[in-house]
Amino acid sequence: MAFASRRLGKELSKIHGNLPPGITLVTAEGFEEWLLDVQVLDENPIYMGKLFRLMFRFSKSYPIEPPEVTFVNTTDRPIPMHPHIYSNGIICLDLLSTQGWSPVQNVESVCMSLQSMLTGNTKNERPEGDEQFVASNRRRPRDIDFYYHDNTV
Amino acid sequence: MSSEDEFMSGMSSEEDDMLQGSDNDEGSVDDFGFDEPEPDLGYSQKDDVQAKKKSFDVNFKVFQPKDIQAQQDGLIDEVNMILDIRKEDAAILLRHFRWNKERLIEDYMDRPKKVLEAAGLGPSATGPPKLEIIRGFTCDICCEDEAGLQSFAMKCGHRFCVSCYNQYLSQKIKEEGEAARIQCPSDGCKRIIGARSLDLLVTADLRHRYHELLTRTYVEDKEHFKWCPAPDCENAIECGIKKKDLDKVVPTVACDCKHRFCFGCILADHQPAPCTLVKKWLKKCADDSETANWISANTKECPRCNSTIEKNGGCNHMTCRKCKHEFCWMCMGLWSEHGTSWYNCNRFEERSGSDARDAQAKSRISLERYLHYYNRYANHEQSAKLDKDIYNKTEKKMIQLQSASGMSWIEVQYLNSASQALQTCRQTLKWTYAFAFYLARNNLTEMFEDNQKDLEMAVEALSEMFEKNVTELAEQKLKVEIMDKTTYCNKRRIILLEDTADNLANGVWSWSTDF
Ligand SMILES: [Zn+2]
Ligand SMILES: [Zn+2]
Ligand SMILES: [Zn+2]
Ligand SMILES: [Zn+2]
Ligand SMILES: [Zn+2]
Ligand SMILES: [Zn+2]
Repeated sequence: MAFASRRLGKELSKIHGNLPPGITLVTAEGFEEWLLDVQVLDENPIYMGKLFRLMFRFSKSYPIEPPEVTFVNTTDRPIPMHPHIYSNGIICLDLLSTQGWSPVQNVESVCMSLQSMLTGNTKNERPEGDEQFVASNRRRPRDIDFYYHDNTV
Repeated sequence: MSSEDEFMSGMSSEEDDMLQGSDNDEGSVDDFGFDEPEPDLGYSQKDDVQAKKKSFDVNFKVFQPKDIQAQQDGLIDEVNMILDIRKEDAAILLRHFRWNKERLIEDYMDRPKKVLEAAGLGPSATGPPKLEIIRGFTCDICCEDEAGLQSFAMKCGHRFCVSCYNQYLSQKIKEEGEAARIQCPSDGCKRIIGARSLDLLVTADLRHRYHELLTRTYVEDKEHFKWCPAPDCENAIECGIKKKDLDKVVPTVACDCKHRFCFGCILADHQPAPCTLVKKWLKKCADDSETANWISANTKECPRCNSTIEKNGGCNHMTCRKCKHEFCWMCMGLWSEHGTSWYNCNRFEERSGSDARDAQAKSRISLERYLHYYNRYANHEQSAKLDKDIYNKTEKKMIQLQSASGMSWIEVQYLNSASQALQTCRQTLKWTYAFAFYLARNNLTEMFEDNQKDLEMAVEALSEMFEKNVTELAEQKLKVEIMDKTTYCNKRRIILLEDTADNLANGVWSWSTDF
């Protein structure tokens, strides 16, 4: 864990009280799992007045390997509606796949990418086949071969 | 990424024309050259044994690891001589051009500097790649900034510390199996890390694995080459079938290791069904697995006396032990009708649309239709396994009998041939049901169903032979019968496959769905 924890330690000291607007750190105990809240800042009607919770899980090869990032459902934090976000919180985003990940990315940059992915979205819908995927998927997000049909959304 | 994309990630047609050209120059083979013996390279001469080519057969050639290495070395030597560059650099350039020798030579003649540069071999003012210690440097991966940190940057200028580079490369090489196209770790930078930089940054064991993977890229880069997917098999197959041909042919190839697979999609042989149909069918089966998984049950009730019947062989002809009722495992109908013109086990009786008034009834009919085909598909798969089990048991007993009676081995070879025929024919039959599921009715459908029926009856008749006891099996009369039935099965399979392949090639099948 030494490699990942050294890097995460540095990230943590950098982001403490110093995150971009709309992103807040909830917990970062240990170097395995962090929780952050994300909010869309403009007046996008799909997300207005809502907070969303992100869970980051880090392997011991982070940041060489991408973190596992999902939205989690809590009493007052729903899973955001988005054509690339499944209702179980799994996100279909090239940046988080083994192929698309760069070790230069970090927790803050991932949060910002997700925030802007929500900000730019106008479709109040789930990905195609959401129900089936949620019912049948047993794989870890990074092992899923998403077809990145549209990287601009 | 979808498997389709992976398949596509070959080259443009312009490039593959050139590849063909290079193949010819290499003394390798093109579509028409497969039958010519090439004794000097030691290829297996299975072509001699092969009977005359069937319309559903495709041309292919099996290459062993040493053949693959020899081909690469040949190309490297050639480029080394023509361009007068070091062999090591020739290898890098060839990999960069995905082993397209013609294009490499042409481009190099035009603009050598640009080509070397793009392949990471540019004559830089800074000399060969080296590690540096830069004052005030912070590594963007580990965020370390201590003084004396050794770092490395390629031409793109993205600089990282040596330990991060090492971690990154070992992840790519060990975990992801990448070699020839590892990119700079920086976000969005497409710069490829060359072998010389890599040797500087990783430990000896990784270097070894890296060079092993580089060798593998030769097969992966060539559109007409594929690895045999059988576990532990190191052979590659060359076949001229292109992706755009896959709606017209089902290119089954057979490796020297005996594994038969589709060159288009790498799945086990699925003739007569074309790749796109197979993909769609498998997805449907996976999606509907909950609805259909009762097929795996090996027991059913006798339709007459309700006592439990267990299926322990591949044969679908069941006889109830209690009441002696003979019925078909698949449709539960009378077995006596299965040998006659009343045989209807393979055909799904389409009910007219007017029967189904509401949406619920319609969806029930469509489920029934799917289950009809799915059950027969799954049943042949399962029966093939049961056939194999029973053959293995029979073979063991036969060997015992042989040593007791002094029969020679060759005299029981016919059982092996029979078992092989059952396996291959059931594999074909299995896929005829997926094929039939997507087939739209037209004047050809009946012919297809008749062929399917004939093959199915031939297979069941042969499968039934294995239920005889060993002493019976050893009799001359039964031996002749089994050999005849084996020949007949194989013949029926060829008839079915030729018919489906010809119609596929001529584009005359019509489908109930778009592929
Ligand atoms: Zn570093
Ligand atoms: Zn770079
Ligand atoms: Zn093989
Ligand atoms: Zn295929
Ligand atoms: Zn009975
Ligand atoms: Zn039947």
